[in-house]
Amino acid sequence: MRLAFILSEIGSGLRRNLSMVVSVILVTFVSLTFVGAAGMLQMQINQMKGYWYDKVQVAIFLCSDGSTAAGCAGGSVTPEQQDSLNALLESPAVAQYINDFQFESKEDAYKHFKDQFSNSPIVDSVTPDQLPASFRINMKDPEKYEIISETFSSQPGVETVIDQRQLLERLFSVMNGASLVAVGIAGVMIVCAILLIATTIRLSAFSRRRETGIMRLVGASKTVIQLPFILEGVIAAVIGAALASATLWAVAHFFLGEYMSKQYPDTAFISSGQTLILAPALLILGGSLAGISSLLTLRRYLRV
Amino acid sequence: MIRFENVTKVYDQKARPALDSVNLEIDRGEFAFLVGASGSGKSTFLRLVLKEDRATSGAVYVAGQNVARISSWRVPRLRRGIGVVFQDFRLLPQKNVFANVAFAMQVIGKSRSVIRDTVPEVLKTVGLEGKEHRMPHELSGGEQQRVAIARAVVNRPGILLADEPTGNLDPTTSMGIMGVLDKINQNGTTVVMATHDDDIVNEMRKRVVELKNGVVIRDEAKALYTSMIPVVGESRRLKDASGREEPDAGRPGEAGEGGTQR
Repeated sequence: MRLAFILSEIGSGLRRNLSMVVSVILVTFVSLTFVGAAGMLQMQINQMKGYWYDKVQVAIFLCSDGSTAAGCAGGSVTPEQQDSLNALLESPAVAQYINDFQFESKEDAYKHFKDQFSNSPIVDSVTPDQLPASFRINMKDPEKYEIISETFSSQPGVETVIDQRQLLERLFSVMNGASLVAVGIAGVMIVCAILLIATTIRLSAFSRRRETGIMRLVGASKTVIQLPFILEGVIAAVIGAALASATLWAVAHFFLGEYMSKQYPDTAFISSGQTLILAPALLILGGSLAGISSLLTLRRYLRV
Repeated sequence: MIRFENVTKVYDQKARPALDSVNLEIDRGEFAFLVGASGSGKSTFLRLVLKEDRATSGAVYVAGQNVARISSWRVPRLRRGIGVVFQDFRLLPQKNVFANVAFAMQVIGKSRSVIRDTVPEVLKTVGLEGKEHRMPHELSGGEQQRVAIARAVVNRPGILLADEPTGNLDPTTSMGIMGVLDKINQNGTTVVMATHDDDIVNEMRKRVVELKNGVVIRDEAKALYTSMIPVVGESRRLKDASGREEPDAGRPGEAGEGGTQR
């Protein structure tokens, strides 16, 4: 009975205050979308880093069947060439610059590729043969990349030497900047949302002061009097958070999944499923922000 | 049922107290009028019983409990034992008669079936049978006050406080309301009624407690609105009070300059 009563109170509160409730929904929607966008950018950065990014700086790709580079005239790399490259990496001249190195076979490469591009249709059309084997080098000083590059580029059986960090770092710094901007906008919008929720609850409490006055007099408990107001704010904010989650999912699904992944097939994009990890966080964030701000407002404006 | 022990209530340090060392006991089942001019402390008295305000000093006992000792989360339970009726009825305009009375039961979690059984019964007690589905604006003032009384007593409180319940009503209607209050009192509810209405007080012949400037100056059983017996010491106080404006100390922030004399 009491639950039914509280629910009907919430319903009438939401109806009476409809325009304010809609504005709370929109403001939380926009602010949480920015929060989620920052989260998505970080997820995308992690996705693009792939298996090797945090472990090594330089990759020496070895010739495979289809290689067209000058050093690959003899076709695929031979075991002898591979051994001599290994020896060269271990020689004191080179070893002084590197911490360690690992050999990535075609099979390993295929495995890591499959992990990184699990969301992309490209994974089905790639076989281990098409992927080059490589030496992955962890530099003592990443700035000394040139030395490795000069030493190995001309070696037989080497297709290319790539400094992966240099390729990706500029992109990542742009993305990190973008997520900082998103977080900044989200912060301002969240302040807006909190103030708007407080104002809405205040208006709602004011427009129902007759009811709450009578409730007080006949001995309704604090919970019965306050809960409808708090839940009003929470419900509006949670609807906003749900809209934000849906928007992020739609961006991942339609923009990244359908459009961007066709434009840039060699880039790993996050899947729409991964963005759903953000949804509970956004719902909890929105709900608790609204709950706390309405509770504080009621403490000031609704005497019990 | 209600006991005031040396209760003083000061709203504004500079003004005279709204209640000044009041000692008063109202027994279970009693019917008491609280009379006195505006600002004499009647409303403050009622607010202290409801724990809307704290006494500055002294103790207020309601149903044997010192209200100052009741923790804030148990105040609702105290208020469930007290019904309140106001001069301005305070009905919910968008709810009909039945819903207005049922509201008081809903908010304390009474079940639908109990509400369905109790509300018509209470409406019958106040003489409103057959008007369950009227809206407040379709009722006369007297009928609206009956709805308010029904709402106040529907949870069977031990005490009914009425703050000038007949202030907005004509004499005939007022007598009707008094009949209802008397009936509720006959059923065992303690009734305390603050009023200005001398006709009613004279007609009812109940206990009369007269307040003046926060002090109880008369407490008589089966009394009239104005005292028949001259009270010793009363004349001095009256002289004191005459010749200056009566400050309205019953409400905070409104105390006039006269209060500083005390």
